[in-house]
Amino acid sequence: MNASNPLPLAATQRPAPRERARLLRSALPGVSLAVLLVAIFIMQPRAMSYLGLNLMLNLAVPIALATMAQMLIITVNDLDLSLGSFISFVACVAATVLGPHPWLGSLALLGCIAVYAALGALVHGRNLPAIVVTLGMSFIWMGAAILLLPSPGGAAPAWLQGLVRIKTPLLPLAIFVCMGIALLMHAFLARSTLGVILRGAGGNPQAIGRRGWSLLRIKAGLYGLAGTFGVLSGLFLVGLTTSADANIALRYTLLSIAGVILGGGEFVGGRVSAVGAVLGALTLVLAGSLLSFLHISPDWQIGAQGAILILVLALRAGVNRLEARP
Amino acid sequence: MSTLRVSFSAKPWLWSFIAAVLIWLATIAFTGGQGAGGLLSSALGFSAFFVIVGLGQLFVITTGPGNIDLSIPANIALCGALGMKLMAGDAGLIAPALLAVLVAGVAIGCFNYGLIRLLRIPPIIATLSASFILQSLAIAYGRSVRIQPPPLFYEFCTGRLLGVPYLALAVSLLTAAMAVVLARTRYGRWVLAIGQNARAAELAGGRVGRIRFATYVLSAVFAALCGVLLAGFSGGASLAMGEEYLLASIAVVVIGGTSVAGGFSNVPGLWGAALFLYLLVSMLNTFGASAGIRLICTGVIIIAVIIAVSARQQGGRR
Repeated sequence: MNASNPLPLAATQRPAPRERARLLRSALPGVSLAVLLVAIFIMQPRAMSYLGLNLMLNLAVPIALATMAQMLIITVNDLDLSLGSFISFVACVAATVLGPHPWLGSLALLGCIAVYAALGALVHGRNLPAIVVTLGMSFIWMGAAILLLPSPGGAAPAWLQGLVRIKTPLLPLAIFVCMGIALLMHAFLARSTLGVILRGAGGNPQAIGRRGWSLLRIKAGLYGLAGTFGVLSGLFLVGLTTSADANIALRYTLLSIAGVILGGGEFVGGRVSAVGAVLGALTLVLAGSLLSFLHISPDWQIGAQGAILILVLALRAGVNRLEARP
Repeated sequence: MSTLRVSFSAKPWLWSFIAAVLIWLATIAFTGGQGAGGLLSSALGFSAFFVIVGLGQLFVITTGPGNIDLSIPANIALCGALGMKLMAGDAGLIAPALLAVLVAGVAIGCFNYGLIRLLRIPPIIATLSASFILQSLAIAYGRSVRIQPPPLFYEFCTGRLLGVPYLALAVSLLTAAMAVVLARTRYGRWVLAIGQNARAAELAGGRVGRIRFATYVLSAVFAALCGVLLAGFSGGASLAMGEEYLLASIAVVVIGGTSVAGGFSNVPGLWGAALFLYLLVSMLNTFGASAGIRLICTGVIIIAVIIAVSARQQGGRR
């Protein structure tokens, strides 16, 4: 899988080894997803159809949105351990309140986003470890979800169900939405002034602060944006599953962290990649499909996700070592 | 009064015990003194499990920011299943099975640290990847019918001496031993030194790699031990058995007064925090609160504690 890359590079002007390593590293998420897709298509050619892709990527959008939320938190070197229970709570709100009382439901969801922004301000203002604060929040979201929906049930509003099931031409909706999120967030984080400042707040907060930007507002804004993506993820999820329960998205916490890391994100220095994170999320989703085509029992699905994570990280460690060599 | 204040600031872990006692008093005041002893006894029993995993997590967290063991729940599920399967309900196999579980714990710790070291990735990601694999192993391995623990093992895990569970006694001894290890041995002091400043510790001649290696193995061994004991306590292993221990293991460490930034630990505080959390839930239970309210209260308290702790630290620095 590495052979495909150096070839066109060598044909041009032989970039310096460091630059080549950087290119390799940023290509890694895309290459690993491509390898996975090719393996699936070879194993099961029928998967290469509208219906096949739709089936495989059915639940990709909520996971991609959750990964995007986690990525925004990781941008400022924090970690959100409450994301899964937050998304579950949003799903419960959507399945109970949003249908009969649209205004109340929307207000509750906006309130959730405000809570996230307030958390960002709290974490920054009092210099608290985000891991512990979000750990506490995960209990609170979970408790609120159970209060709202003590047993699995509820129904997503019909318009929401219709919205997530739109049949788009050529490719399934999931692919368009994922591409849209990736490109939009890439344009925002990598190309806009505000995006550079947000990433700078993770890389060198002092420099950003000295330049006159309010770090408090930056953090509150990033957390609020993460909350927005969490809300979108919950809405999309409940639209697909039509009913909710309080544990519906608990595994998203760890999956979203894994997706960000697979996509080339790092815990320090505001190094994140929106395109990479979406690709990472898709890789994790497709890993399950590959296993079922290989006739391996679903018992190993989580394990395969772990193995892919380790494999990609090992490759990246190799690339980094390449870079370190003079 | 001032001497009282001095002794409090020297022993920050007292707070969690005081809170636990207050909650216990509130509960028995509500029930009119009924079941006070029974409540305390079961609190000690359940807290023992939190404390075992908390001990490992405490050592890991002490080695500095970013160090956290996320593989604990999967480890508990796997080692619980492993222990029950190897014992196969036969009292004669208890010792070999326990030994095998401990070996599995060491292996898991080595795997965790191997990932951290070889891939040079943050411990959170390393233990997360490892936990995915362990979880799959636990699902595949523990699929068979629920195997009951041998009666002798079950009796040890659930038995009591004058109302105090054997396990609570054993874990108290373990806690005391680990407190000595942290404060008095060379290994423990290096753990603290690395947590305060890894670079300085390295320059002072500390073998940072080896110390962290030992710490991750320690955490994995304690989680494995917790797994097999928990399986014995609940009459068999189950896959979801370890789930609550991820958040709980971090919560007891933080509420117990250990600094999340590393370098400053509070071993006795683990007991106070574990008792506090258990008694809080049972108090809300007695008051007739629903599961949702109980979870929300737990969350609010974790956040309140971390805010209070940070306020105190910042106040002390000024």
